Amino acid sequence: MKFFPLIWATLWRKKARTIFTLLSIVVAFLLFGVLETVDYAFAHPSTGTSGANLLITLNKYSITLSLPFSDEQEIRSVPGIADVTWLTWFGAYYQEPKQFVFALPIDIDTYLGIHKGDFVYDDTQMQAFRNTRDGAFVNTELMKKHGWKIGDRIPLHSTIWTQKNGSLDWNFLVVGVYDVTDPTQRNQQASTFLFHYDYFDEGRSFGKGNVGWYEERVEDAAQSAAISARIDALFANSSNETKTQPAKDFALAFIKQLGDIGFVLRAILGAVFFTLLFLTGNTMMQSVRERIPELAVLKTLGFTDANVLGLVLAESLLLCAIGALLGLAASYGALPIIKQGLQGVELSPLALLPGIGVAVLLALIVGLPPALRAKRLNIVDALAGKH
Amino acid sequence: MSETIVSLRNIRKRYTRGKQHVDVLEGLTLDIPKGEFVALMGPSGSGKTTLLNLIGGLDKPTSGEITVAGQRLDQLGGGALSRWRARHVGFVFQSYNLMPMLSAQRNVELPLLLTNLPAAQRKANALAALTLVGVADRAKHKPAELSGGQAQRVAIARALVADPTILVCDEPTGDLDRKSADEVLHLLQTLNRDYGKSIIMVTHDPKAAEFAGRQLHMDKGALAESG
Repeated sequence: MKFFPLIWATLWRKKARTIFTLLSIVVAFLLFGVLETVDYAFAHPSTGTSGANLLITLNKYSITLSLPFSDEQEIRSVPGIADVTWLTWFGAYYQEPKQFVFALPIDIDTYLGIHKGDFVYDDTQMQAFRNTRDGAFVNTELMKKHGWKIGDRIPLHSTIWTQKNGSLDWNFLVVGVYDVTDPTQRNQQASTFLFHYDYFDEGRSFGKGNVGWYEERVEDAAQSAAISARIDALFANSSNETKTQPAKDFALAFIKQLGDIGFVLRAILGAVFFTLLFLTGNTMMQSVRERIPELAVLKTLGFTDANVLGLVLAESLLLCAIGALLGLAASYGALPIIKQGLQGVELSPLALLPGIGVAVLLALIVGLPPALRAKRLNIVDALAGKH
Repeated sequence: MSETIVSLRNIRKRYTRGKQHVDVLEGLTLDIPKGEFVALMGPSGSGKTTLLNLIGGLDKPTSGEITVAGQRLDQLGGGALSRWRARHVGFVFQSYNLMPMLSAQRNVELPLLLTNLPAAQRKANALAALTLVGVADRAKHKPAELSGGQAQRVAIARALVADPTILVCDEPTGDLDRKSADEVLHLLQTLNRDYGKSIIMVTHDPKAAEFAGRQLHMDKGALAESG
């Protein structure tokens, strides 16, 4: 600790250079924190217990491939299954593509059976929904976002499903609103727009009798894995093989369809840290080069080679540690924002811990070459300006 | 008979640059008694600074024996030589060589970082050394905010603060005007006379050399004459 004022003063010898280097480290570790957290979420999808009794069955090969409606009865026959419902990706937006709407055609009874207690709604409005063929039951957040009211007729554009008349625009009558009982699910459900599966199935020009995926509620969450295996076994070697997994993993699997997320994230981080290595390494080398006479004076005063090596390494460590901690703190602060962007993905601050190790590693890599140079410094030559 | 603080026996120093060999010191023998103020004079390239570096433990002779403050320096390894320097030698350079980012007080404290003194004691000792050299009022100032004479006084305070056995000064007035130079030389003289510090000073300046108790003249790597 007694060397700290010396190390600190040396670090800020060239303020502008230190600030810019520090900023680059902060940004790199902010990016590291964000990407590492997302990667961690993908690598550890089922860390919680809530929703563990919900399963999703989809086509084994791609979410874009459908399953026959006839599978429903077979799935229902699996022991341990309490209820089954079926859904299809509608791919909708309101007025313009950036106004995404998570429109979901549902079978009311089975859907509410699966999600018993998940929603708060008015029974009269629910009855109206049951009685209205083109009716829609909309999340209150979505209603607020677009200023919709009950009785409004809302056109949604589907990016997939054409109607029999060839139009991609579907019309719905808003007959009810609902909220979620679990506040943590509010963001995840904020864009949800429920409508009748029958209306959808009868209106679409292709794909009739098929569903996108099945959702099952199991009686005992502990049996989820065994039940998943039993469901998949039912359709093994058929033309529509299935993959059943916990609902929590579904959102992640959905995003993973885009590619190997982990690889993409690590590639970005690799590029960022490779650049950072050169930038910080160059700064440290330059800083030590400029201070050769000062380091020689320290040695003259009795600082040993090891003392000087330690001082330069400590300076590198301090620089990287400050940058890393600020960057990781910023990424911790950004977790709620990222969570909003990645609905359904649980983020853990635990993912930030490796950042500390990365910072130490970075400090050693960029600090060691100049520290060794300082250690090997010949006092007489350095004082004579021969270095 | 007074105790010898520096004893050099048949010292040779050869520098090798590529295939070229330069013999800087050739069989030099010298004794300096404790408490003496010696001025080393001579033309450029005569070996004054090399001799000073050897006495200060910054360099090692190619051959010969060198004993300073009772320690055979030619037999010490790098780490031991560093620790010996920290305990026994105070250095004063021509261009002060203060750390530009540290205040005068922090600069003076530097040698004390190698001791086990607590922070408060280090600070007190640094202030005492600055008071001794007459620049205590500049303790919080950085080197860039000091005049040449003040900076050199701070450098002398840094050399003194750990109470070394010997002060080694390489052209301490080379960058100073006459008035500041005389003040610094008076200070060195006081440290020698009143505090018994052994001082070895390299200088080109005959006036500066007059402040020393003995003048040694070097030429072509050997002692030419004494005055």
